[in-house]
Amino acid sequence: MKRFKSLLITWEALLVVLLVVSVVIGSVLSPFFLSGFNFYEIMSNIMEIAIMALPMTLIIIAGEIDLSVASVLGLASVVLGLLWQSGHPLWFAIGVALLVGLAAGCVNGLLVTRLALPSLVVTIGTLALYRGLAYVVLGDQAVSNFPTAFTNFGFSPIPGTEIPWSGLIFAILVIIFVVMLHFSRLGRQLYAIGNNKEAARFSGINVSRVKLALFMLSGIIAALAAVIFTARFSSARPDNALGFELEVVTVVLLGGVNIFGGRGSLLGVVLAIFIVATLQSIFGLLNISGDIQTLAIGLLLILSVLGPNIARRIQVVIARRRLVAGSS
Amino acid sequence: MSMSTTSQEVEPAKQRSSMRQARLPALVSRVRELGLLIVLLLIIVVVGIQAPRFLSLDNFEQILLSVAIIAIVAVGETLVVLTRNVDLSVGSMVGVTAFVTAYFFKELPHTNLLVGILLGCALGLLLGIINGLIVSLGRVPAIVATLGTLYVYRGLVFVIASHTTSQVNASDVPADYLALATTQILGIPALILIAAVIAIIVGYFLHASQSGRQLYAVGSNPDAADMIGIRRDWLVFWAFAASGLLCGLAGVLWGARFATVDATNATGLELQVIAAVVVGGVNIFGGSGTIFGAVLGAIVLGTLQNALNILNISQFWLQALYGAAIIGAVVLDAFITRWLRRTILSRRKKV
Repeated sequence: MKRFKSLLITWEALLVVLLVVSVVIGSVLSPFFLSGFNFYEIMSNIMEIAIMALPMTLIIIAGEIDLSVASVLGLASVVLGLLWQSGHPLWFAIGVALLVGLAAGCVNGLLVTRLALPSLVVTIGTLALYRGLAYVVLGDQAVSNFPTAFTNFGFSPIPGTEIPWSGLIFAILVIIFVVMLHFSRLGRQLYAIGNNKEAARFSGINVSRVKLALFMLSGIIAALAAVIFTARFSSARPDNALGFELEVVTVVLLGGVNIFGGRGSLLGVVLAIFIVATLQSIFGLLNISGDIQTLAIGLLLILSVLGPNIARRIQVVIARRRLVAGSS
Repeated sequence: MSMSTTSQEVEPAKQRSSMRQARLPALVSRVRELGLLIVLLLIIVVVGIQAPRFLSLDNFEQILLSVAIIAIVAVGETLVVLTRNVDLSVGSMVGVTAFVTAYFFKELPHTNLLVGILLGCALGLLLGIINGLIVSLGRVPAIVATLGTLYVYRGLVFVIASHTTSQVNASDVPADYLALATTQILGIPALILIAAVIAIIVGYFLHASQSGRQLYAVGSNPDAADMIGIRRDWLVFWAFAASGLLCGLAGVLWGARFATVDATNATGLELQVIAAVVVGGVNIFGGSGTIFGAVLGAIVLGTLQNALNILNISQFWLQALYGAAIIGAVVLDAFITRWLRRTILSRRKKV
């Protein structure tokens, strides 16, 4: 257990080094990199992903996965746009969009818990289903005539600072999630479920209820991300945030959360979020197009799991050699 | 697993009950294939009554043509899913090979057709081998590995396109290449024949060869397969490599069929392919399912797509349909498994 903890600490230390290195590279590349405006840009570009990564962290620690988050975002965004366009007040449209997210997560959770289906398959299915429904609802149109108060929330920083409003929401959510995961009974239950589901059930944890709650949380947070995304681009389109699940899963795994569940911390994930955001900004400075950027993110995803695996293997080989050398 | 195998039971009894469990999925997929044939007939009858032109021979040929390439990819995906893995990168692998092959023929229009085909297949194989290495040697779960390569390979097409040409048009490539998709042999389009031949060969290999049977063993119980000396990692590696190879071939045919190819071609194909495979009764937990089922799944989905078209229903429904098909299939599997388990158990109790 002790060794394990030290491994985790080194991983997070590695992330800090990575973050510092990427900030240094960025500031060498461009004098504007460290400007307040660029900080604002970096922050607001990653916030939807950052917010969705929080419940994803909990879900992966509990040994499941939710690949449908980006599609829930798309669907909620379309619902929000459609209701606004048809003359409903904005607060009502936002409320319904959040409920749609909650319902979408509830469907995921019920399929996973009631029918004991693997979340991987369920959420690949709903990834297609929810995105498909977004297309059914709005076709190839877009809603973009949102009121200024709403778009200001997406476009401009908190007065007197260089922090986007979404950054404030993220900060509040981080505090809530840190308390939930690291300082509450629920958090310890999540680790227990991820380490050994059967043992968790025998020790009196209602595994199904916890998992259902997690998927519902993931759904409503994705809908919240939809509100932010829609305000930021002042546009509700069915293909909003297409493919964002890649980045969300990448930051969680890069953050040191074990894909098989049971291990990981929010500190690592938050560090990973800022690393990916900084990298994206560097790519932007280098004029690398978005499609090619995803190549790097995909690579990062694979390496964040492959790297530790290889490191562990090398450790085993070294330990074995030492053992052989000691005995001879 | 809601089976009542408690720790008090003696070992042989446990083994017997787990054998019973192991045979269940095979039974489920047989029930599923039969059910799927009935569903297909129902769709044909219902849509046929609504729109008689749906029933023309010409339309059936259209359906099979649109299914052919997806079926080839689904055959490879089946091999991977049988081993209890999944390959999400198939759409991107098709995209890479389609673009590279089409560009190859544009630049070197006088090369032998076979060279281009082999190039595409080799490229697909290479991409599949990379997937296989990451999963079996690198011990990265297939879902993470292939979600990553989905975007890496797609990014690769964009890199290639940014250094060459943004789009290859039908007029850029030799007619020989395009003819690959339009030639008819004995009145049947070559595309359909190629898909059928591949399905039959791979289906026979799975059914009759030792490696084929071992693939099922790996998927139904990986640890047990290891224990009886099956080289699990090796088989998983080859399943991914084969999936890549078939995507390569599918990419070559994709370029020939659609003629106009850009960097986004075949985006999202993985959802159609996975839908076809699970609708076809290939168990997502691995270990059971057939090539016949997967191809049948592809045909049912292709027929539905065609029916939407003919009934003038918006194509925007298509993606929702694929999603609903995936969910519906796995939910149905869960219910059939439960039902079969209950009936088998109660029958044993009576005996």
